[in-house]
Amino acid sequence: MSGFDTAIRLVYLAAATCFVLGLHLMNTPATARRGNQVSAVGMAAAIVATLVVVMHGGGVKPVAWVVLVAGVAVGAVAGLFSARRIAMTAMPQLVSLFNAVGGGAAAIVAIFDYVRLIQILDRHLGSSVVVPTVLDVIIGAVTFAGSLIASGKLQGTISSSPIVFRGVRVANILLTAIMVAGAVFLIAFPSATASVNIVVLSAVLVAALLFGVTMVLPIGGADMPVVISLLNAFTGTAVAMAGFVIDNSVLIISGALVGASGAILTKLMADAMNRSIVNIIIGGFGTGDSAVVVGGPAGGTLREVKADDAAIQLAYAQKVIIVPGYGLAAAQAQHEVRELADLLEQRGVTVSYAIHPVAGRMPGHMNVLLAEANVPYSQLREMEEINPDFARTDVALVIGANDVTNPAARRPGNPVSGMPILDVDHARSVIVIKRSMGHGYAGIDNDLYADPKTGMYFADAKKGLAELSQSVKALG
Amino acid sequence: MSADLMGDLSIFVLALLVGFEVISKVPATLHTPLMSAANSIHGVVLVGAILIATSADTLFGYILGFVAAAFAAMNVVGGYVVTDRMLGMFKKRPVAAEVPEQREVNS
Repeated sequence: MSGFDTAIRLVYLAAATCFVLGLHLMNTPATARRGNQVSAVGMAAAIVATLVVVMHGGGVKPVAWVVLVAGVAVGAVAGLFSARRIAMTAMPQLVSLFNAVGGGAAAIVAIFDYVRLIQILDRHLGSSVVVPTVLDVIIGAVTFAGSLIASGKLQGTISSSPIVFRGVRVANILLTAIMVAGAVFLIAFPSATASVNIVVLSAVLVAALLFGVTMVLPIGGADMPVVISLLNAFTGTAVAMAGFVIDNSVLIISGALVGASGAILTKLMADAMNRSIVNIIIGGFGTGDSAVVVGGPAGGTLREVKADDAAIQLAYAQKVIIVPGYGLAAAQAQHEVRELADLLEQRGVTVSYAIHPVAGRMPGHMNVLLAEANVPYSQLREMEEINPDFARTDVALVIGANDVTNPAARRPGNPVSGMPILDVDHARSVIVIKRSMGHGYAGIDNDLYADPKTGMYFADAKKGLAELSQSVKALG
Repeated sequence: MSADLMGDLSIFVLALLVGFEVISKVPATLHTPLMSAANSIHGVVLVGAILIATSADTLFGYILGFVAAAFAAMNVVGGYVVTDRMLGMFKKRPVAAEVPEQREVNS
């Protein structure tokens, strides 16, 4: 290895180290921002080193430089613009979009390399090249198409309700068969005619793209945290495969890190939703076909409260826990909730927020929304941490959250059985802000609403919170 | 199996394990920024995009190189910027309350 090569490899190693350190610094909010910066420095180093390699190698056509610079400029401007402008509520679709392009780029790298090798060399390609290439193309293309669909669903350009069409499972099986058969062919006959192999690879590519679409379309909006995490893991794996294809360690390491992160988040989200990953992909009760209503003490009477009464309860409490759900984000009411919390704190009430892992549309989304509304992160409490506190809480204020507060989860025999929930029913009293008596995602009655200590305040989250604040102010 | 591939595979597996170890310590509060940060990291595929774009010499190659470079650059730049923006919002104490006070002092 020449001195030049050694230097480049060392820079790549340093970049990979920066990525690991950056992720490590993300384990507390206080150092997380620095972590991201460390990671960005590593990225810059890897990119500069690569440019140095290319220039050192020489022989690059001027057109190629123009193409590269133009591509980077277009992408960088698009990325910068969207990153600066995006609203925090729309974060999941942007992350999904970035995920899509990352997966797409990884697939393109493999396709390019394969076409080049098979045409120029026209020789026997070893499995060590073909296997990662095929995997990269399949995973990258599935991620690209799947993430675009997920992004569209989150944005609302594609209906977020599960879209199931006749024969979707047959189509999936057929597409899988094409991908597997194509992959086997390419691995088994690496030295067949170049054009034949390229056609087969194209067929695999098209099947993978279609599979990405048919995989995500039938998945309901509420399952998005799991899907986004899973697609993130896919992209990581695709990038690692691209690293195998072009024999580049920094791609392999980064891809593996992202793959691990996506896998962990997928598992956490699926557990928090009480569903297996397979169940979500195939489509379970999110598709509505198994949404059997298994009420607990069904038909229990509800107690309705007005803003004034709810305000008095809150204002004279010692300890209040706010339980925000997706309804709060959908109503964009995070600023109103903080306003109410501020008023209560001025009156000496202790306020904290109980955040269920799946609150929002991607892992941890609710925390970002509340952070944006200037809620200090010390008040944002995780489920395991805050659950014991409910018993010592005067009022639990549930805003737009449903299934994650349903005590029926502790009983066997219903769709939410075994799902980790916030122990809202342990609080001395409960106020639920809800637009109507509609069911949650699981399609079952929430026992919490029929609890005698629960008051139902029927209102849109944003309006309801503003009225509560008004009433608290009026108390003087 | 070649020595190169064996080396790459070892790196891959060890990096996966390091990833599991580091990431399982990240609190749920930061899961969105974490995912976004991980997203930016896989933007390192830009390295691959640069390598292919500069070795292109056919129209097909140029098109692939352009698209890969644009995709990867969007991934990297957008990913880091949006992660930084999000993390900047995580404050220990609310700052909004302090800002108006300072303004009053100044004016």
